[in-house]
Amino acid sequence: MTRLSLVMLSGLAVAAVAAACGKKQPETAPTPVADADSAAQAAERARAEAADRARADSIARAQEAAERLARQRAADSLAGLGKTSEAVKTLLATLIHFDFDKANIRPGEAAVLDQKVGILQVNPGLRIRVAGHCDERGSDEYNLALGNRRAIAAKQYLVSHGIDAGRIETVSYGKERPLVSGHNEEAWAQNRRDETEIVAGGDALKQP
Amino acid sequence: MSARARLTVGLAAVAAVATLALAPGLAAQDTTAVDRGVRIGIIYRPGVRPGLVVLPPQAGALDSVERIISRDLDYSDRFELITLPAGDSIRVATTAPAPPAGPAGPAAPGARPATGKGTTGGGGGGAATAAALGGLNYPLYQALGADFAILVRAAPPDSAVVTVHDVTAGGVRREFRAHLPPLKDPEFRMAVHRLADRVLEATLGVAGLAATRILYVLDGKVYAIDQDGADVRLVAAGDRQAMSPAWAPDGRRFAYMELGQGKGTLFIQDLTTGKRAAVGASGQALDFTPAFAPDAKTLAFSRATDEGTDIYTLNIKDHCCLQRLTVGRFSDNLSPTYSPDGQRIAFVSTRAGQPQVYVMAADGTDEQLFAPFDYGVTGSSYAPDWSPDGQSVAFHRDVGGTYQVFVLDVRTRAVRQLTSIGRNEDPTWAPDGRHMAFVSARAGFRQLWIIDVETGRIRPLVEQSGARLPAWSPRLPETTPSTH
Repeated sequence: MTRLSLVMLSGLAVAAVAAACGKKQPETAPTPVADADSAAQAAERARAEAADRARADSIARAQEAAERLARQRAADSLAGLGKTSEAVKTLLATLIHFDFDKANIRPGEAAVLDQKVGILQVNPGLRIRVAGHCDERGSDEYNLALGNRRAIAAKQYLVSHGIDAGRIETVSYGKERPLVSGHNEEAWAQNRRDETEIVAGGDALKQP
Repeated sequence: MSARARLTVGLAAVAAVATLALAPGLAAQDTTAVDRGVRIGIIYRPGVRPGLVVLPPQAGALDSVERIISRDLDYSDRFELITLPAGDSIRVATTAPAPPAGPAGPAAPGARPATGKGTTGGGGGGAATAAALGGLNYPLYQALGADFAILVRAAPPDSAVVTVHDVTAGGVRREFRAHLPPLKDPEFRMAVHRLADRVLEATLGVAGLAATRILYVLDGKVYAIDQDGADVRLVAAGDRQAMSPAWAPDGRRFAYMELGQGKGTLFIQDLTTGKRAAVGASGQALDFTPAFAPDAKTLAFSRATDEGTDIYTLNIKDHCCLQRLTVGRFSDNLSPTYSPDGQRIAFVSTRAGQPQVYVMAADGTDEQLFAPFDYGVTGSSYAPDWSPDGQSVAFHRDVGGTYQVFVLDVRTRAVRQLTSIGRNEDPTWAPDGRHMAFVSARAGFRQLWIIDVETGRIRPLVEQSGARLPAWSPRLPETTPSTH
């Protein structure tokens, strides 16, 4: 009896230690886009924010904040560049990011798509291709379907905002073309993305 | 009850034969009885694999052949392979040449003459020839735990002779001869593998898997490898990322997909000639995960479009008749795999939110859940592969954030987890229905492994990092003529 409870106790102790070891470090917010400076700054601020918030939703919020800042920064630099065609192209190429194994447009990503809507509206000759990508964790073949879903999600958003479906091609690379290497949440978050590229009408783009 | 009584008598008789060496006539009678009824209980020891010894090759003869056959028989996971002590005494005992002096000819010291009972094992025609070799020291091999002994001999100019000794019955069970291409010939190893399969057939009466190959993807190219891990060959290499190789039922062709510009093109390639032809939409859509129907005329595959991913079939004989099997506007349907009778297709669908394994009739009707799951509890499931015997479907499923290989029993719908170490995925059945190749990161990085589902024995197949998407061939057809 005594021996039994001893065994149980030691078992509990082991479990407790294991639990303690298993606790994750608070994850840092990924820095999704834009030039290195702004991304780093944004990530820094995001990190500070994340530390203050509850652990449960800190990651998601910090990520949003980081992206918001990155976008603002991108828009600012756009102004600085005089809104040239190249700058519009850069803006058009802004990535859209997704949650793990999800293909729905996150609330924070709608603004990125709104920018694309604007660009497509003022450049009627512009045709684009949206390519969906996945992180390395999912199944090889299933990820082709998931990447396709992610591309479709962006297309549906654009179409629902008045862009002709014929101007948007969707493709998928699954997990075959990661943007960044690395086997952590930061890398994965950056790799779960839609890329937008110009198929036709990309010369002398007008600003929205 | 009477059967059991007879069985006991049989046992007693065999024991008597073994210890007292009764008169040949009586012994023959009893061993015959043992052959038919009790043998399973004595020679094949329930739950224990029969012992098998591959005899050392005669001087200068077919060293490599003997080694390949030994490994094939080991990898069949159906025998306890017995390694001989490297003593000369055994070598002498096994290979002592003898003049053709009939069944009772001179034998190695201590050997019991291979008399009449030697022909009871079903070997028939080969017995006289093997007897000419001189009797094996059967009691010695029996003492070592062997139920069978295999001897490989060269038969100049270009053949090999394999003698299968039934050690317990004390005679030759079967002997066969096969043409062997030269050592450098690309068909050499496959010809030897076929000999190993014939040994399995002669000893246990089951079809083997030695003469098979596995296709896989590494660095965007398709490779083929013998099931024993040798003879790697590059079979398809392009500028684009190749994925999802799948064998045609004839073992002469395979289908695969090339990913380029975010679109997927399916190809069917002839393994002998290396010629390939695009099938389907050819670059206009994202076609992937091809699967041949058993009739070899139909190719099922997944096509991703603006509406999502669905399963289609194409008549590849007449290049016509594209048919859409699933209509999942808000879900994806992919990774088809045919039942061996061609009547049904198992596939992955996200219709319940997360990917799980479903089944439908081959014409797309009667869709239903195949591998049961608890919504919100069971992890996502992927990449089903229907076993060649039709009884099981292997797939991988998310377990605590990593993948494990599972097997679904088609009849009972019971699901059994097969792996637990590291990340394991994309299983593919061997034609024997008990071995499976899959991708595993158990050694730290993703490479290919083979598991014997019956015993759980596991061995690496391709040890290069990044090898993936394996596809196990059917039993491969002979491409060179052979004599028997």
